[in-house]
Amino acid sequence: MRSGLGGLKMSWLLGLLSRNKSLIGLVILVAAVAFTSPNFLDVGNLLNTFRQTSINAIMAMGMTFVILTGGIDLSVGAVLAFSGAIAASLIAGGYGLAVAVPLALLVGAGLGALSGLAITFGAVQPFIATLVSMTVLRGAVLVFTNGTPIDCSSAASSAAFGALGEGYVLGVPVPVIAAAIVFAACWVTLTQTQFGRYVYAIGGNETVTWLSGVNVTAMKIAVYAISGLLAALAGIILTARLENAQPTAGTGYELDAIAAAVVGGTSLAGGIGTIFGTLVGALIIGVLNNALNLMDVSSYYQMIAKGAVILLAVLVDRHARAR
Amino acid sequence: MAEANHTSSDASEAPPPVLELRGVGKTFSGVHVLADVDFSVRSGEVMGLVGENGAGKSTLMRIVTGIYDADSGGTIRFDGDEVHFTSTRQSIDAGIAMIHQELNLLPGLTVGENLFLGREPLNRLGLIDWPTLMAESRKYLTAVRQTFDPSMLVGRLSVGQQQMVEIARALSLNARLIVMDEPTGALTEVETDILFEAIRHLRDQGKAIVYISHRLGEIFQICNSVTVLRDGRMVSTGPASELDEGTLIHHMVGRTITEKYPYVPSAAGPVSLRVSHLSATVIEDISFDGHTGEVIGFAGLMGAGGNQLGKTLYGAVLARSGSIEVKGRALSLRSPEVGVRAGIAYLPEDRKAEGLIQIHSVRVNMTLAALRRFSIALGLVSRGREEVVVLEYVDAFKIKTPSVEAAIGTLSGGNQQKVALAKALMTEPSILILDEPTRGVDVGARRDIYSLINELKAKGLTILLISSDMPELLGIADRILVLSRGRLTGAFGRGEATQEAIMKCAVA
Repeated sequence: MRSGLGGLKMSWLLGLLSRNKSLIGLVILVAAVAFTSPNFLDVGNLLNTFRQTSINAIMAMGMTFVILTGGIDLSVGAVLAFSGAIAASLIAGGYGLAVAVPLALLVGAGLGALSGLAITFGAVQPFIATLVSMTVLRGAVLVFTNGTPIDCSSAASSAAFGALGEGYVLGVPVPVIAAAIVFAACWVTLTQTQFGRYVYAIGGNETVTWLSGVNVTAMKIAVYAISGLLAALAGIILTARLENAQPTAGTGYELDAIAAAVVGGTSLAGGIGTIFGTLVGALIIGVLNNALNLMDVSSYYQMIAKGAVILLAVLVDRHARAR
Repeated sequence: MAEANHTSSDASEAPPPVLELRGVGKTFSGVHVLADVDFSVRSGEVMGLVGENGAGKSTLMRIVTGIYDADSGGTIRFDGDEVHFTSTRQSIDAGIAMIHQELNLLPGLTVGENLFLGREPLNRLGLIDWPTLMAESRKYLTAVRQTFDPSMLVGRLSVGQQQMVEIARALSLNARLIVMDEPTGALTEVETDILFEAIRHLRDQGKAIVYISHRLGEIFQICNSVTVLRDGRMVSTGPASELDEGTLIHHMVGRTITEKYPYVPSAAGPVSLRVSHLSATVIEDISFDGHTGEVIGFAGLMGAGGNQLGKTLYGAVLARSGSIEVKGRALSLRSPEVGVRAGIAYLPEDRKAEGLIQIHSVRVNMTLAALRRFSIALGLVSRGREEVVVLEYVDAFKIKTPSVEAAIGTLSGGNQQKVALAKALMTEPSILILDEPTRGVDVGARRDIYSLINELKAKGLTILLISSDMPELLGIADRILVLSRGRLTGAFGRGEATQEAIMKCAVA
């Protein structure tokens, strides 16, 4: 009985691994890191790694929706900074969490939807539309903050706000809990709903999807709104952790989010990929960063290592798909 | 059989053929697309090449231009020498130019740049010699009676002018044989006249021209000789002056219908679809009524508007004017979404580009248009209910697939088509538009599709069957409407229609 159950678990694990090549990569990476730096497996270090990864993971999951439709969202880093600044200024202005958080999320979703409008009704390519959005928002954040950080550490609700970044619930960091909830919601949306089907279908073949009677325009706008919403959530968590909003926060984060999705097996051509894969992709990048820190490798070399991992992941994925 | 050969074979007087094919054949996976074809064109001759869709005209010309390799056994002579082209490059170098239906010009470049693309004249510094390029371009444009400037962007020219650029390019390549595939398809009458003048000019200069067209009127206007292909065989060749349209049509369609069609007679019910004065991009002033329990066949040659009509009735192409009523209710078909909701289903002609998502599974493809049916709440899809229905269709349609999770691209054409049909039917339509439903489908799946059409008719669906396969229309439709150049040019009840009568309307 006991062995039967063990066998079942084993076959389940093997199935999971064979369906998610990136998971094999993560397992190998974790084993290698644990072998070379035993400190890695400390509960404290693991939680820290997860917390650091959660911001990229949340953004990458939003990015996955966009990439699945065959699009790209370069504006998420800028949306993160903009929404963070909105949240920080509201908190600094004496508003509570109940106002600041929903409003910042709404702004993020709205900004994403604007990109979606440009892409659908304006027929602007996603790369260009979100590049424009990124550029404009970067300028807007600097205008809004006057180029200096917005400090909210001494406001009335700063303690509650700070807990969103630094707090723990039952020993688990709040950002990790947020990422877990986002993962669950994204998983349900992509695998169990009509909307999720349409997201995959649009990336698989937009013409076929449109001819099937799907409102492709609405779906695409929604996808960019989701990406913006999750970028805003990441922005709130980052701002809460630092207790201030940096105008240049999140610079280059869009590329980390794309990297996580791609390392996790999402095809940039659209139609193929999973939210689980993206989570694994974000973890691979996070674990790698953490390991290189533990090994005292300079951040310059860390960037080179990250690039190499992305290339490796894509090559392995292509090789596996060609067979 | 009406085998005819009017070629005056007095070789000592006539100039030798520029191109001469003897016993050329071509097989694709065991199917004879061309068999034992003889074909020749002389210098100063405009040879018309006619035949139904699928008669083998394009295949023949693809062999001549080196795109396809002919089966062994036949010979191809060009300028008297036996040749064996293995690429278009070789055929172009030898002096054969093909002008395709879809123009192969780059709209963002100038006329001159297009004419000399890849072989620009260079000066001593190895840079492009623009003065020479423009002067040469002007020379070739003059040769086809065009006066526009070679520095113009091709994208700003009319389709007719672009075609002239293609012909000028053929001349600049020193082509001795020019093949034109449906060159007037997108031309206005004035442009057609200009084209014909250019063709006559080329003919008088001693070029050999192969002119492929469905428009028999044009064939008699411009060609000296005509060759007819039918089912991959050459059935007649000879001077145009010895033919008339009736004879030509007889040669084209003289096919004996060998296949048996499982036609089931039915009494048509009330009007379910009323189309009045419908016009869109290609179609012009189309009116007809569709009844429940009826199969209406739409005949027409390629580009006649069948595909456009189907898409307009579904909302995939916007109507310019006219009205569409379904069950007495006027529809404003802004998008396929409206079409689906109104109970119209459309099976696209191009399965790969428009019908099915090749990288996704049988299940996901089949339910894409009808996901609402499996929705429990909040847009959640019941995977269990979905699988039950998908498996029902797989069984009922005898779809051969390793599993419902197999990628659609791994299935055979016939099985893919059955999935596409299942997808259309899952939306529970009252009107079903089938655009070339048996194209690229094997015989077995074909029969299954015909039986299915009969079953659906018996259930009271209105079925619009758009097909370029005439025997299929004659075999399965309750009545046949004929399209030509976007207009309805004929209507036949079952029993009244013959292939020749339909073809007469189709080439009108």
